[in-house]
Amino acid sequence: MILNLLRALWSYRYFLVTSIMADFRNRVLRSRLGFLWIILAPLSQVLIYAFVLSNLMSQRLPGIDSSFSYAIYLMSGFQAWLLFSEIITRSITVFIDNGNVLKKISFPRTILPIVVISTSLITNLIFLALVIITFTLVGFPLGWNLLWLPVMMVINTAFAAGIGLVAGILNVFIRDIGQLTPILMQFLFWFTPIVYTINILPEAFQKIVMLNPMFWIIDGYHRVMVFNEAPLNGPLMVIFGLSLVILGLAFWLFRKASPEMVDAL
Amino acid sequence: MSHVVMNVSGLGKVFRRYSHELYRVLRWFGIKAPIAEERWVLKDISFEVLSGQALGIVGRNGAGKSTLLKLITGTMRPSAGAVTIHGKIAAILELGMGFNPDYTGRQNVFHALGLMGHQHAEIAATLDDIAGFSELGTYFDQPLRVYSSGMHMRLAFSVATAFRPDILIVDEALSVGDAYFQHKSFDRIKAFQKEGTTLILVSHDRMALLSLCDRAILLHNGAVAKDGDPEAVLDYYNALLSDASDASIETRELSDGRIQTSSGSKKVTIEAVSLVNARGDSVDTLDVGESVTIRVRTRVHQPVDNLVLGYSIKDRFGQTLYGTNTHYTAQSLEHVLPGDVFDFSIAFEAHFGEGSYSVALALVGGENHIGDNYEWRDLALIFSVANLSRPTFDGKLFLPSTIAIEKLEG
Repeated sequence: MILNLLRALWSYRYFLVTSIMADFRNRVLRSRLGFLWIILAPLSQVLIYAFVLSNLMSQRLPGIDSSFSYAIYLMSGFQAWLLFSEIITRSITVFIDNGNVLKKISFPRTILPIVVISTSLITNLIFLALVIITFTLVGFPLGWNLLWLPVMMVINTAFAAGIGLVAGILNVFIRDIGQLTPILMQFLFWFTPIVYTINILPEAFQKIVMLNPMFWIIDGYHRVMVFNEAPLNGPLMVIFGLSLVILGLAFWLFRKASPEMVDAL
Repeated sequence: MSHVVMNVSGLGKVFRRYSHELYRVLRWFGIKAPIAEERWVLKDISFEVLSGQALGIVGRNGAGKSTLLKLITGTMRPSAGAVTIHGKIAAILELGMGFNPDYTGRQNVFHALGLMGHQHAEIAATLDDIAGFSELGTYFDQPLRVYSSGMHMRLAFSVATAFRPDILIVDEALSVGDAYFQHKSFDRIKAFQKEGTTLILVSHDRMALLSLCDRAILLHNGAVAKDGDPEAVLDYYNALLSDASDASIETRELSDGRIQTSSGSKKVTIEAVSLVNARGDSVDTLDVGESVTIRVRTRVHQPVDNLVLGYSIKDRFGQTLYGTNTHYTAQSLEHVLPGDVFDFSIAFEAHFGEGSYSVALALVGGENHIGDNYEWRDLALIFSVANLSRPTFDGKLFLPSTIAIEKLEG
């Protein structure tokens, strides 16, 4: 079963590459600034938060020895959040967006989420390059613990893909999910210490935020990128396990939904 | 030798509607949730297709043709039964291959063929061929949204037929595009057929079906209503089109193995049909250009407001060469009563080439048989034409001409 899937994916490897390339080309094709837009959108978000909140936040970042401390904190948080949110938002519509192809050509459908995850990862790596360049420019040292970053990305991707695919499959049949998700994402964003630090929250509230898996993922990114520490293994292992369970559910749901998917598209 | 390339057994497809879609999801988890509505669009379809066969699928809109094709290609999954395919299958479904309007023609070729499971190198090798066959010129490198529907179809056809499949499925696509490209695509399909490709064609185009297919299946209300020789199936389908509630369809095998179809409400019936020559003798073989008369005796069983007799003379492939009716000639009969018997004599000169011809007759209430159809009879008469007195010529039509030759030099 899994073996068949892998074999199918292997025979579709070139397709995967050309789709990813086409996806990027497509996003930048009709614009003047082209590739820059992929960076500019998230960057402007970071700049806005840095500008609006830096005075409010700068006093409260112990352990960072830089006048750009808040911007650095913000960027590492966004490094995690952007990957998470891009995978989720694109997974939700992946089957609907490709409805036309699904109705006309018979092919292994698992290829579609894989294209989504791959392109999201590539965008994220481009953003990472930008972050590293910025850190270097402002003279902020990157430590050896940055080597943990790939691990963090795997956990983050697994978690996002699991949730995104479950929602994406259900969204084919129940379109409310596509409408609801952006709202939930807004809540999640503000319930996660990305633009603020957890210690500005009241004690009782901190405990609630800690129940949010995204808190631990973002925290891992912060440790690895900002504080040059190893991430906290315990909670992250739990989240990774949870992600695998959700991915399993997504896979099972996909097999159940697959025969009826084209009927509803 | 031909072998079975496709086996459809007990195929069925049901579309279920739920009062809430959540019930659908609950059913995946094994919970018995209520179904609001079940609609079987296909039920218990079984047939086999042999290699090299050309199968036409006909039926009214909503008869389940497109669903059947989607099940065969595998984009849709059956609710019952199975389709077994031996070999590679390529399909052009409902105009297009799921192309992305923002990609260029070239990118779409890679995308679509990639999805069909072809490797990058294979696609690259055939790219020139596709660009050449589709004749898109510089449009090949422009995004698809600037294409006309004809260009879109040309690209789709070129992509679907870039590699010779074992089974080629064409859904209506051939009716789009100009006559030139239609010929080109017909030629390619015929070349594939010669090499052993099985063709499955869905079309409302009688000419395409008769000239390409050697077998046809009529789908009606989600079931196979007829399976056999294209001419007979198309005649039956034609009769079905006038499907008034009081109509009945009868088929009868003629001595030459062809199938005569008649249908209608039988308010007025055809009693006798004959073909007679100038001396009044009944004939079935005519000389080119001979004067003949088709005699049709009709009897009225129930009063009708309007009675029109129509006829058409068809060639061996079932294509109409000439046809008209008494509505067009302003001779329709009004207010006929039970017991009335009418004799119609249709006199004409048989300006046909050598070959076999048939006459279809229709007793209807108006201009066509879709309204009131009293009796429609295909293959009501069969006659052949032999050239006994004219210089040799080719074709289905006799157009006597004079050829003048002038010597100018030498």
